[in-house]
Amino acid sequence: MRNIRLIARLDVKAPNLVKGVQFEGLRKLGDPNEFAERYYLEGIDEIYYEDIVASLYERNNILEIVAQTTRNIFVPVTVGGGLRTVEDVAAVLRAGADKVAINTGAIKSPEIITEISRRFGSQCMVLSIQAKKNHDDWEAFYDNGRERSGLDVIEWARRGQNLGAGEIILTSVDQEGTGTGLDIDLVRAVTDVVDIPVVASGGLGNPDHLVDVINYGNADAVAIATALHYQQFSLREFREKCLKEHISVRVPPN
Amino acid sequence: MAEVTVIESKIANLGSLVRAFETIGVTVEVSKDPRVICKARRLVLPGVGAFAAGMDELKKNELNFVLGDVVAKGTPLLGICLGMQLLLDSSEENGVTRGLGLIQGKVIKIPSVNTFGVRERKVPHIGWSAIFPSSKKQGWECSSLSTTDSGDFFYFVHSYRVSLANPKDSSAECDYSGVAITAALSKNNITGLQFHPERSGPKGLEILRAFARSDSID
Repeated sequence: MRNIRLIARLDVKAPNLVKGVQFEGLRKLGDPNEFAERYYLEGIDEIYYEDIVASLYERNNILEIVAQTTRNIFVPVTVGGGLRTVEDVAAVLRAGADKVAINTGAIKSPEIITEISRRFGSQCMVLSIQAKKNHDDWEAFYDNGRERSGLDVIEWARRGQNLGAGEIILTSVDQEGTGTGLDIDLVRAVTDVVDIPVVASGGLGNPDHLVDVINYGNADAVAIATALHYQQFSLREFREKCLKEHISVRVPPN
Repeated sequence: MAEVTVIESKIANLGSLVRAFETIGVTVEVSKDPRVICKARRLVLPGVGAFAAGMDELKKNELNFVLGDVVAKGTPLLGICLGMQLLLDSSEENGVTRGLGLIQGKVIKIPSVNTFGVRERKVPHIGWSAIFPSSKKQGWECSSLSTTDSGDFFYFVHSYRVSLANPKDSSAECDYSGVAITAALSKNNITGLQFHPERSGPKGLEILRAFARSDSID
């Protein structure tokens, strides 16, 4: 059996949890720790923090938030945003994270993927790809969907795996924050060419979207943000929908 | 003296394990000093990453010999993830590497394809899997799992699995897309967990609590 992971994605602009649409028009939602703790108690499978200003201003305010979160939360925590060196990664892991998600840093110097994977293990190295549709294919962007890399997403995913990434978190910039469904073609195009797990992110608005990206996109895990943050749906509703559709998920203790 | 001593290793992320013990009120120390480890009440051998690197870390402080001695004298030892795999005779990860030899068997790759070369599962196995008592046994026969229910979910992340010479050493298994994975092993005062109890929510913390309450030799 292979169980699909449900991951709460928390975009952070320290000290607040924020949410935008296509990474724009960020709204402050409150203390990220309170949200993370609620999701943990409701049985979330993993927590994913993205420091969404770190890349722009090259700073790392998220360490404090991670340190506080991981005192009370005992599920895997992934942290991304502004990590460029092995030392940056070591600091985040020391603060309590289990994995790091690297986007800008990997585009600017792909060898960082190999370095992180060798030093901390590939299970720690998550390649974060922000994909924007461009006619019939997708281009990888960085700095929260603002900057073009010129890299084809499918090629970049394959190369990331070869360089040592243990997992890919794939965000559709077009769908991000819209709640209108994930880019299933994008997810399918990537899961078709890599052997490592792919986390689908961006656009998940309801439990039907979750079922679709698993059944048609072959996603291994799904990141949920808006739908949980605004309490449009509970984690339990997502799980129950999966089980009803014969999709295996973890059933947390009551 | 601390109730639990975690064996320090450069390649393991000890923060979450230490915090997990602290959260459940267990006094914990981290050490790689053979003198401290000899006197420890209970030992945890953690680890992530490559098998050979894990053995090298232990050998640096001659802990490969020390662990044999403390196990012989009866100190409870809990190996987690790579720490469990290191307990075995050898691993085929990146060529054959000798392990601690405290549990008979070897560490082998989880197959990603079937005998016809068709891809059946992704490797590494990352995620939550339900564990069940190994078929030949009644119950877990492992004191650290005393609070675990059959079918409880735990968090796994690994590319290799153990193949035990004595199937009776297996106390729990999980199924990963058709391949049986030894999720927990136990033999006398040795316990091994392939999953991460420190990353498996309240049910994982209960295992750590049960281990910290297991009989120590003092």
